[in-house]
This record gives sequence, structure tokens and C-alpha cells, in this order.
Amino acid sequence: MSTQTQHQTNTARQSSIKRWLGLGTWNPQQQSVAYLFLLPSLLGFLVFVILPAVGSLALSFFEWKLTNTPSFVGLENYVELLTNDAIFPIVLGNTVFYVFAIVPLQLIIGLVMAVALNTGVRGLGIYRVIYFMPVVTNVVAAAMVFQWLFNQDFGLISSWIWQLADATGWNIQPPNWLADPFWSKPTVAVLTIWKNVGFTMVIYLAGLQGIPEELYEAARVDGANAWNRFRSITVPLVSPTTFFLLIIQMIGAFQLFAEPFVMTRVGGGEPLQATLSIVYYIYQNAFNYQKMGSAAAISWVLFGIIFVITVFQLRMQRRWVHYEVDES
Amino acid sequence: MTLERHTPPRPFRWRHVLLHVGLIIGSLIMLLPFFWMLSTSLKQPSELFTYPPTWIPENFAWKNYEDALSAMPFDRFYFNSLFVAASVMIIQVFTSSLAAFAFARLRFKGRDTIFMIYLAALMIPFPVLLIPNFIIVINLDWYNTYWALIVPPAFSAFSTFLLRQHFLTLPMDLDEAARMDGASSLRIWWNIIMPMSKTAIAAVSIFIFLNTWNDFLWPLVVTNSEEMRTVPVGLNSFQGQYNVRWNLLMAAAVVAMMPVLIVYAFAQKWFIRGIAISGMGGR
Repeated sequence: MSTQTQHQTNTARQSSIKRWLGLGTWNPQQQSVAYLFLLPSLLGFLVFVILPAVGSLALSFFEWKLTNTPSFVGLENYVELLTNDAIFPIVLGNTVFYVFAIVPLQLIIGLVMAVALNTGVRGLGIYRVIYFMPVVTNVVAAAMVFQWLFNQDFGLISSWIWQLADATGWNIQPPNWLADPFWSKPTVAVLTIWKNVGFTMVIYLAGLQGIPEELYEAARVDGANAWNRFRSITVPLVSPTTFFLLIIQMIGAFQLFAEPFVMTRVGGGEPLQATLSIVYYIYQNAFNYQKMGSAAAISWVLFGIIFVITVFQLRMQRRWVHYEVDES
Repeated sequence: MTLERHTPPRPFRWRHVLLHVGLIIGSLIMLLPFFWMLSTSLKQPSELFTYPPTWIPENFAWKNYEDALSAMPFDRFYFNSLFVAASVMIIQVFTSSLAAFAFARLRFKGRDTIFMIYLAALMIPFPVLLIPNFIIVINLDWYNTYWALIVPPAFSAFSTFLLRQHFLTLPMDLDEAARMDGASSLRIWWNIIMPMSKTAIAAVSIFIFLNTWNDFLWPLVVTNSEEMRTVPVGLNSFQGQYNVRWNLLMAAAVVAMMPVLIVYAFAQKWFIRGIAISGMGGR
């Protein structure tokens, strides 16, 4: 590296540090007015975001049942949670199941829907409206409908299985979906996928529209069939969208709450904690057992998991995400 | 383009027919829960448990709706949801557009540092903030009030970030020219930047409104009386009381879903756009 370029990088670094500290770039005339603009948002942000964030970290080192005076217990809540809590590993396992069941299926189904709609097929608008409909519906109402769909004795899905058994003579019968330790999680996942796949599809549609049609034309001329075109043009070129969806949907799936809460709390109950998610467990600790400190500790463990996975994905993206600009 | 427009050969059309078949099957799967909900909501109790289940009820039991609506004050739930969602939306759009204007168009000491803190806060999952916010609400004596339902959710770094990204795309010359003419920052914000960002503002507004409208965890935690419940929380307690009377439960679910779906039917482009734009972080 020549001295000149080194000097340039040094000045660049200095100016970026300056910018970071907010030095030199500010306009004295705009100083007070800018803070006035910022004030309402900043005030709310400090009180309802920053203070709670700091507060919950602090709270996680205390034992507090809301009524007594908080007592400092150091890392006890964390130690208890990770070594002595019989339920937490189950809850963690359930949540990991949700993430691995929901996210890939949602991405695959959403991409397939988007590709089908991106072929210039007629009625795109109508299909899009229908597929997107569950996204705007209320999650509690949707969870109730699925609870009824998957009712063991009289639900539609069960009745189909009975009908299949009648028609074929097979000895099959529907499980008690939501009260069954094995089937309850997939049932919750089905609701979540149904509810969110329209969002995935819409984002994918936007991503697909950025792929130049000429690439497909060229591949067609070269004799590539539909599957090959999909595999070697669509999938790599839509990978920035996939990456984005992967990140936000993993973050979302780790925070699943309303779906298992509404579907398995009433009638059937939680089958041996089989549907309990991390956030559901935070809710139980805080609002059923009044263990505020442990609840806060769990929320920070959740944050830690999400953080590590997101950072991991950001690092892995080079391996599979194709940004056109980077490649040239 | 110099190439002649590509006309699809005949087998290509067949593919479109197949495509439609697939898309229609997909649509039926997506719509099935809605049909099942509607069908059940109109059934007599005796018809709930027939095998095989019927899709069209023998005689329409409209009374289910009467019973569901009189069992709980759904009108009050609706008012609460509407009032809360609208208030959160207005406060949030107002405060975050002001802040976004400062971040994008003004130069002041500490701007980038404060903005980085906003960005960092975007990563904090809501459950982390849940318990301290609950404690704050208790200490402010806001438990079971509209204050609790509206004020804490009205502040999110997300819409500030989104609007800032959008404001950055507008040319700076606009501000310079207006300042030459003696316009104040407030005027520039209200008369130039805001009108030029209508689409972005609309997208963010729909996103905030729908998120607040459908939110469940926060209103569940900060309310305990019937008259303070929003639609999702009210529905949840209805489910707790009538837990095997599926016809009533489905009628209540229809009541909870329908108005939003009707608005969606008329403004679907805005809904999809609003959620897609916001969901993608304003790109």
C-alpha cells in the first residue's frame, strides 16, 4: 500500500469517526430545531424502549414477585434456567421445532406460489388477494378456526381421515391433534404457515420482478427446461430476497406466542408442555407464577439466541446469496 | 427490443391451464378455513356433530350471531380496537416523521450516534421489553386504561427508520430552495417532505394500524376488565367461556374478521403494498 493511499484511508477513517461522534457535520443553525423535531420520538423511545431494555437486563439478576422487594441474586436466574429448569429444555426444543418446521416450508411454498403467479398467468390480482387474505386476519380468530378444523372428533380434517378410512378400509384414525404430544406442534405450525405464507409470496413476487426476462430467454434458447431455469436462474437470483425473508421469519418464528396460546390453552390444554414456546413460557413465568426475574432472564436468553443466529446468517450469506453488484 | 415478440406455442398454453388448476387448488386450501368458519357459524348445535360434516347448513341459524354478540360487548371491543389502533397510528406517524425528518434532512450534533442507537434497538425482540413495560404501566397507574394500550406501542424505532430511509431519497435541493425563500424547518417538513412522501406514509400507516389492530400479547397483559378489551383479547376470553360451542365461537370469529376483510376487499392493493413495503424495510 502506498503512503498516499494509506493517508487517504486514514483521513477517511478519521472523518468517519468524526461523523460517528457527530463532529464537524453539524449545522449550528439547525441544532436546536433538530432536537425539537427529535424530542417527541426520542422521549417515548427512551422511556418505552431503552429504559425497558436496560431494565429487563437488570431485572434478570433479581428475584422479584411483584409484591416483595426485589433481591439481587446475580446469575442465579440464568443458572437455574440452564441447569435446573426441567421445562426450559422442552420449551427450547419446541421453539426450535417451530422454527425449522415453519421457516423452510413458508419459504418454499411462498416461492412456488410467487413463481406460479409470475408467469404472466391471468388473474394474478385475484390469486394474490386470496393468498394474502390470511395475513390480514386476526391471529386469535384464525387460531380458533384451526382449533375447530383440527378437533379430534368433529373437525373437518378428522372427518376426512374417517372418510378415507371408510372408503379404503384402512385401519386409520385421526389423532387428538392439539392434545397429542406429537401432533400438536405440527398443527400449530400449519396454522402459522397458512397465516404467513401470503406475506412470503408477496415479497418473493417483488424479488422475482427484478430478474431480467432476457436471462430466461437465453436459457430457453440454450434448451434449458423449466426445472433447470428455476434452479439455475430463479433460485440464485432471488437469493437476496430469500436471505431477507429467512432472517425476519426466523426472528418471528422464535417469538411465536398467540398461535400456541390460543390453540392449546383452552380445551385439551397444553399436552405435557408440548406446544409451549419460549415467549409463552416467558408469559407463564411473569404473569402466572409472578417470577419477573426469571421471565426477564428467559427473554435475554431468547435475545441471545436470535442475535447469534442472525449474526451467523449474516456471515454465511456470502456462501449462497448472490448480489449482482458484488459479482461483477 | 429488436427481437420479434415471442408468441407462446400451443403446449405453453396447456401449461397455463395446469397452472390455473394448481393455483385454484391453492386458493381453495387458503380459503377452506374461511368457508369452514362461515359454515359452522350458521349451524344448529345438533348439526355440528354430524358425520360426514355438511358444508351448507340445513337451516341457517342466524341466531348464533345474536347469541354471540349479546354474550359479550363486541361493539365495545371494536371501538377499543379502532380507537387504540388509530391513536397508535397517528402518534407514531407524527412523532416518527418528525424524527425521521431530523435524521434525514437536518445536521446536528450526535445525529448519527442517536440514529445508531435507534438502529440497534430494532434488534431487540418485543418479549425483552414486555415485562419492564408492564412494570412501567403499573407504576404510572395506567394498568387497564387506554394510556397503557396506546402510549407504549406508539413508539417504535422501526417507523422512524423506515421514514428516514424514504426521506433520504428526496433531493436535498428542495430544502435548500425552500430555506432560501425563508421557509422554516417545520414548514419544509409539513409542506414539502410530507406531501412528497404520501405513499410511504400511507404504507407505514397501514402497517402500524394493522399490527396494532391484530396485536394480542400486549393488550392481553395490560387489561383485565371486559370494557377495556380489544377484539383479539375479547375473542380470547369469549373462547374461554364458550369453549365447546363451536357455532358461537365461529360466529364470533366471523364478527372479528369480517370488517377487516371487507375493508381489505376494497383496498387490497394498499394493504398488500403497505405491508410489503414496510415488511421489506422501505425498499
